[in-house]
Amino acid sequence: MRLIVPLQGVVQGRGGLILGSLIPCALFYFLQLYLKRHRSPKPQSNPPSPTTSSPKLAEMTRTSSRSNLFSRSIGQVRISSRAISIAKPNESPYYIGLDKASEDPYDRLSNPDGVIQLGLSENRLCFDLIEKWMSENLGHSITGRDNGELNINGIATYQPFDGTMELKLAMAGFMSHIMGGAVTFEPSQVVLTAGATPAIETLCFCLADQGNAFLVPTPYYPGFDRDVKFRTGVELIPVHCRSTDNFALSITALDQAFNQTRKHGTKIRGILLSNPANPVGNLLSWEMLYAILDFAREKNIHVISDEIFAGSMYGNEEFVSMAEVLDSEGFDKNRVHIVYGLSKDLSLPGFRVGVIYSFNENVLAAARKLTRFSSVSAPTQRLLVSMLSDARFIEEYIKTNKRRLQNMHALFVAGLKGLNIRCADSSAGLYCWADMSKLISSYSEKGELELWDKLLNVGKINVTPGSACHCIEPGWFRCCFTTLAEEDIPVVLERIRKAVENTTDLLNSS
Amino acid sequence: MAIEIEQPRVGLSKVAVSKTHGEDSPYFAGWKAYDENPYHETSNQSGVIQMGLAENQVSFDLLEKYLEEHSEASSWGKGAPGFRENALFQDYHGLKSFRQAMANFMEQIRGGRAKFDPDRIVLTAGATAANELLTFILADPGDALLIPTPYYPGFDRDLRWRTSVNIVPIHCDSSNNFQITPEAMEAAYQSAESMNLKVRGILITNPSNPLGATIQRSALEQILDFAVNKNIHLVSDEIYSGSTFSSSEFISIAEILETRGYKDAERVHIVYSLSKDLGLPGFRVGTIYSYNDQVVTTARRMSSFTLISSQTQHLLACMLSNKEFSENYIKTNRERLSKRYDMIIKGLKKAGIECLKGNAGLFCWMNLSPLLEKPTRESELALWKVILNEVKLNISPGSSCHCSEPGWFRVCFANMSEQTLEIALERIHKFMEQRKRN
Repeated sequence: MRLIVPLQGVVQGRGGLILGSLIPCALFYFLQLYLKRHRSPKPQSNPPSPTTSSPKLAEMTRTSSRSNLFSRSIGQVRISSRAISIAKPNESPYYIGLDKASEDPYDRLSNPDGVIQLGLSENRLCFDLIEKWMSENLGHSITGRDNGELNINGIATYQPFDGTMELKLAMAGFMSHIMGGAVTFEPSQVVLTAGATPAIETLCFCLADQGNAFLVPTPYYPGFDRDVKFRTGVELIPVHCRSTDNFALSITALDQAFNQTRKHGTKIRGILLSNPANPVGNLLSWEMLYAILDFAREKNIHVISDEIFAGSMYGNEEFVSMAEVLDSEGFDKNRVHIVYGLSKDLSLPGFRVGVIYSFNENVLAAARKLTRFSSVSAPTQRLLVSMLSDARFIEEYIKTNKRRLQNMHALFVAGLKGLNIRCADSSAGLYCWADMSKLISSYSEKGELELWDKLLNVGKINVTPGSACHCIEPGWFRCCFTTLAEEDIPVVLERIRKAVENTTDLLNSS
Repeated sequence: MAIEIEQPRVGLSKVAVSKTHGEDSPYFAGWKAYDENPYHETSNQSGVIQMGLAENQVSFDLLEKYLEEHSEASSWGKGAPGFRENALFQDYHGLKSFRQAMANFMEQIRGGRAKFDPDRIVLTAGATAANELLTFILADPGDALLIPTPYYPGFDRDLRWRTSVNIVPIHCDSSNNFQITPEAMEAAYQSAESMNLKVRGILITNPSNPLGATIQRSALEQILDFAVNKNIHLVSDEIYSGSTFSSSEFISIAEILETRGYKDAERVHIVYSLSKDLGLPGFRVGTIYSYNDQVVTTARRMSSFTLISSQTQHLLACMLSNKEFSENYIKTNRERLSKRYDMIIKGLKKAGIECLKGNAGLFCWMNLSPLLEKPTRESELALWKVILNEVKLNISPGSSCHCSEPGWFRVCFANMSEQTLEIALERIHKFMEQRKRN
């Protein structure tokens, strides 16, 4: 009201005009001043202080972005939509469990109450052999010697991004050896990558466009969700397998999934397999491999066969590579791509050595160029050429590894059997696929996750729940046993027993 | 006999068939010519001398000396006690000791004028991966990054190929020594807007490739202000920060932020690598240093696709945390690069060729515009072909760096011995003499 009167004065006279202009301006000015003073304070300028002791930056991000919402003025710089979904705190039990176990790792002597890690498929059974090789062979330096003088030129300078010919040769030979010698791999078809993770991603970039999809049998390795989907925009369509036939893949199921997906307007570009399978540990038979290739031919799609566990066999079956079936039948090789790596069979995940093996020249050409984003480090290449070319060592390693795997597998599975927990039939991998459905309160994902939580927080063991692997039947858990020593097995079994103390089935075990 | 049925060819992705890898451009064609006929001091004296590869070979002896005296860096000691843990280490946080060593090294390079927090360092297998990763994080497909010209030809591939992000150039020219101006930045921004492209960031290389010169403080302030005004990101690729010829002329964006009390820091990200300063491109070591927590977390997760071998992290952690080594290396490397630069500038001047005044990098920015028939890209490429095929030198034409002024060439001087550089300069001299006579 009081505002309007002076404004009326504006209309009525000169003095009023001045006042009438000044007063609203002055009021506006004071309003702004008032708002400015009472806005939430901007964050203090400070140098990038070392983050606090919290090891999980993901958690820190949550809190800091919350405070940003309140304290930052409009105009906070934005990140891409791809990044936003990746930045979200990771809710998968697969990752949560891994974090928990690494924060409080079990050690028989120094931390006997820590979390026992059974959720990471790492093979620790044969490090003694590798260590021995290292101390006998590593010599003075990883650089070469030129007339006795150290020469770093050979490994320091730019190397071919897809790997040196020496390592390709050594790798092709190793792959052939580890798969039983039934297939010869051509070094010229080997593309080396910084681990199998970028091998999978690179293949996805080459074979599919954003919005396309791959069919993948379930249960599958949780990492595929990241490897395939994160940056490529390619989808994964699950093809469910069931315990009634030991989680074997059926062509009918593949076909159904293919047709359903097509109906929804999504183009299927290929099938992503892991053989030996992760997490089940079973193998694809010759007949099944043939049937898959036939299916792929009919639909004109690609097949990616991740054979990273090919050298981690403990069963009596023979491993058959997709390459072997291709060799002997008249299939179009252009649709087949094999992924391999040294993280499992040779226990060197930290060294980042993966392989794309393809029969398709165009895929090889593109993949080679893309390896600039994920190449194997030169000193590591040099070391591995040496190691993989040591035929006597490799022979001994493969033999001993198999023996120790067989032993651990047998002990572990028998131990679980003693708790009335049976495992799926498996012949390979660093894990077993355990059926704990009788121990869950409700036959559902919720019940399964409750058990997972109990095992992790009460039992202090980290296992991977089937739901993290997209298993359609609740109650299955992947338990990796190659990070254990024999003495740890009874500890694990005791902890499982303790965690499910109130479940009658367990107490009624024979 | 089986009936041959034409099989439909199984399709590949757009990324696979795209030409964005750019390997058909002159930048790479020159490399092919070199590969087919490489110069060798004794066995092929008439071969092509590679002056198109920005590699640092002047300080290998320092690295070799360190490795000779510190076998624990390249092995895991007697009985290999630390080996097991190292071989299993695939944590995308990276080895703490290595991150600490990198942070210290980056501080040393900047003369202690900026502090780096090891927990803000994300490791990648090379700066190529770091730049691509940041692009994935800061921009969506179809968005744009502004980059001052002339720029490193590899950006066209690294920043666009898989990300589907666009590059809009900020045009710089010789009238002010190719410095970046607010007007040029604004013009680029408007140009992007007119093409309906959302600008998400500006990416600078400081010291600049291919100019071989550091960006001045005032320009850095203006660039940061511009980024703040438009509310976009600023990526500073400081891969040549340790290859400056004097210790005082390089100013990092980190220093600018420090003087501003880290206000507006959350939009700034620095890329670094050991490929140039330490001459170890084969090791594949890159880093992203971000002042933005969300970017750090996301980059870390994405780095799963491009982790650095733990063996290499271990080796470099030992090497770079050895203060005696790192201080001596930085100082000596600088001196030798400076000496090489003087040598090439003198040699080119004697041949009547001027270069942009440079103070960093492994190359100089040479002005051959007086030799062009016409001030056009075609003339420049014609001249480039002559230099490649007749003078037998592979140098990089400015057009492959998107330089708007024809006639400029990037010439690398650190990837060869002094003797080879002498030979290259002789050839240029002879070439210029011949032209004068004609």
